[in-house]
Order: sequence, then structure tokens, then C-alpha cells
Amino acid sequence: MRQTLFFVTFAVMAAATWMGLFYAPTETVMGHIQRIFYFHMGTVWAATVAFTVVFIASIRYLRTEAAKWDVLAYCSAEIGVVLLTLTIITGSIWAKPVWGTWWTWDPQLTTTFILWVLYAVYLLLRSGAGGRGKRARYSAIFAIVAFVDLPIVYVSARIKRGISPVVFGPGGGGIDPAMMHTLLVTLVGFTLLFVLLLGERKKIMNMENALYARGAEGR
Amino acid sequence: MKSVTLILRKDLLTEWRSRQIFPTMFVFSLLLVLVFSVAFEFRSQIAPRTVSALVWITFIFSGLLALGRSFSLERENNALLFLLMTPVRRSHIYLGKLLSNVIVVLVSEIFILPLFILFFLPGTGDAELSLVGTFLPLLGVTVLGTVGFVSLGTFFSSMALSTRLREMMLPMLVFPLSIPVVITSVGICASILEGRPAGHYAFSLQVLVSFDIIFVLLCSLLFEYLMEDSGE
Repeated sequence: MRQTLFFVTFAVMAAATWMGLFYAPTETVMGHIQRIFYFHMGTVWAATVAFTVVFIASIRYLRTEAAKWDVLAYCSAEIGVVLLTLTIITGSIWAKPVWGTWWTWDPQLTTTFILWVLYAVYLLLRSGAGGRGKRARYSAIFAIVAFVDLPIVYVSARIKRGISPVVFGPGGGGIDPAMMHTLLVTLVGFTLLFVLLLGERKKIMNMENALYARGAEGR
Repeated sequence: MKSVTLILRKDLLTEWRSRQIFPTMFVFSLLLVLVFSVAFEFRSQIAPRTVSALVWITFIFSGLLALGRSFSLERENNALLFLLMTPVRRSHIYLGKLLSNVIVVLVSEIFILPLFILFFLPGTGDAELSLVGTFLPLLGVTVLGTVGFVSLGTFFSSMALSTRLREMMLPMLVFPLSIPVVITSVGICASILEGRPAGHYAFSLQVLVSFDIIFVLLCSLLFEYLMEDSGE
């Protein structure tokens, strides 16, 4: 099961990379740099999935107090922060030639930045909370408030007009079918990658906990 | 409802007798004003938009100072434990503490606010800024913004102070979460100081009110879980 997931993820990610580089047509205005869009979207999508998992696992933890939900929330948050860091880096690389600047405080970027800070604080809170039960409960509470805070941050930043491209929905410019295929494959690839990483991270975490428990027994 | 007012009364009485939080907040704010004037090279004419940002930086920093103190008082002599042992719903304890914190922080803010106008917007003080047209709306926004960030601050100060990092954790938890309240409040304050009509910021005001409602509800709901075993 684990090996199958590994190979499928590898194949889809390889396909996504190839499609992004060769299959998708070159965007007429932005040129080749637009190809970074696929991985940019892929990472931000997987990060969104990761933080949603953190939110749901945190609620489950407060309800049941079962340690597995805490482990799930923590592992997912860690991967989410890594993915979101990649989103910000790829976004900056894209923004430099297109907007002429590495960074600008438009609503989407501001929200992404705050999202990153919130989950960095979440990880800090975990490392500095103290006892295990306390750590699990406090971080679960923080994760819930943080997740609810996000749309609020977006609304507050949105009162000013944004410049990030709106690809879908009203006002979106539409998208070439080949580009759409590439995007979909990339999104599937990153979702699989997230699931794979989450499984591996959980395994390491459970091993750590088992070792910790044995160490405590031995003493 | 009675338990809320009782906790409110207790906290205000403690503050009235000890007079710890208010003077600290006020002097700290004056120091911040001094830092700002140095940073702006003692210019006395600063754009209203910038002044409104400075005002809110001061409110947030001095407010967090007060909130940290308010809960560490409760931890001395294990007072919090006894408070939790009383047959009062946890959310009522939260609301009582929220109200008392809002009042203490607001009183300091009301004293600080005119200083900013005096120091950084002196030219406009006589002609354009009137009591009804400027101070009352400004006060209203201050109340709303304060409720927003103090609701988060009250909630997370009780969490931060029982972590290993204590005071260090409080700003890290509260700052990023209260950004929407601050962005909105700064925007409205700037519009008021620029002398724009109320229609200009009416929508932002509604948004701010809804943020307040969301944060107060969410925090009082989760306070139950937060306070489960504070004896740990």
C-alpha cells in the first residue's frame, strides 16, 4: 500500500513536471515564467488541504482527547508550513518579472503571509507549551481560532483592491484546455504528495512517541 | 448574567485598590509616543493615516502589557483555581474578565488618544477637528477595535501564561490573530482624522462589528476547553 502510493505519487509528479514544462502552451504575455504557476498552485492547494486537516483534527482532538488526532494535526501543520513556504517562494519568483517586484501587500499576499505566520506560531506554541496534554489542547484551540481567523483576515485585507490574478470565477480570464489539464494533474500530484508525506511523518512521530514512552519506563 | 457582573466588579475593584495596570499602561504609552517622535525626527505634522497607525500600535502594545498582567495577577496565590471552583459557567468567567479588561484598557486609551492629536496633528486641532465630528466617532472605533483585540488578548493571555515561554508567547499568539481588527480600525481612524464623511467608512464599521461578534463568541465557546485543568 505504502509502496504503491509512493510510485503513483512519483509518476503523477513526474507527469506534472513534464506537462508544466513541455505540454502546456507558453503564455503569450508572461512567457515561460508563467509555467511556475502550476507548482505555485499545487503547493498552495496542498497547503490548504493540510491546514484544513489541522482544523478538523483539532476539533476531533478537543472532542475525544485521543492522542492520534493531535499527532495528525501536528504532522499536517508541519507539512503545510513547508508547502506554504514553497508557495511564497515560487510566487515571488513569478512576481519579479511579471509585476516588477518580489513582494507587494495585496490582499492575497497579505493573507498568505499571515497564514504562514499563524502556523509558524502554531509550531512555536507546540515547542514551548510544556506538558503533553496541555500542548495538545492549547495547540488544538489555537489551530481552531487561526483557521476561523483566515477568512476574516482576507475580508479585512480585501477592502482594498487586489492585483493577484483571479483565474477562476467571475472576472477570470479563462484558461487554455492544455493548461487546465496540466493544472489538474499538478493538483492531483501535490495532493498525493501531501498524503504520502503525512503518512511518513505520522509514522516517524509515532516511533518517536513509542521511544519516549519506553525511555520513561526505563527510568 | 449576575456572575459576569460579579467578576467584573471584583476585577475593577482589584485594579482600583492596587492601581497597577492603568499607570503602567499610560506611562508605557507615553514612552511609545516619545519613541515615535524621535523616529519621526520631532516633526509635528504627520499624515493622518500614519498617525492612526501609530495610535493603534500604541494601543496594541500597551494593551497586551495590561492583559498579561491581568492574568498573572489571577495566578498568584492560585486565585484562578478558586475562581474555577466557583459554580459559575466558564464562559461567564471569560465574559467577566473580558469586560473588566476592556474597561481598563479603554480608560488608558481615552487618555492617550488626545495626546496623539496634540503632538502629531497640532495644526488641524483648532479648525477642523471638532468634538462631535472627530472625537466621538474616534472613540466609537476605539471601543470596537479594543473589544476585538482584547477578546483575543484575554483568551490567549490565560493560555500564554501557563505555557513554558509565558509572557513571550502572548504577543506571538495575539498579534497575528488580531491583524484584521487592527487593519480595519486603522483604516476607519484614518478616514475620521482625514475628515471624511461617515458614509466613507460605514461598511468598514459594519465589518469591524462583525469581527467583534465572531471573536467574542468563538473565544467564550472555546474557553471551556482552555480552562479544563489549569492546575497542571
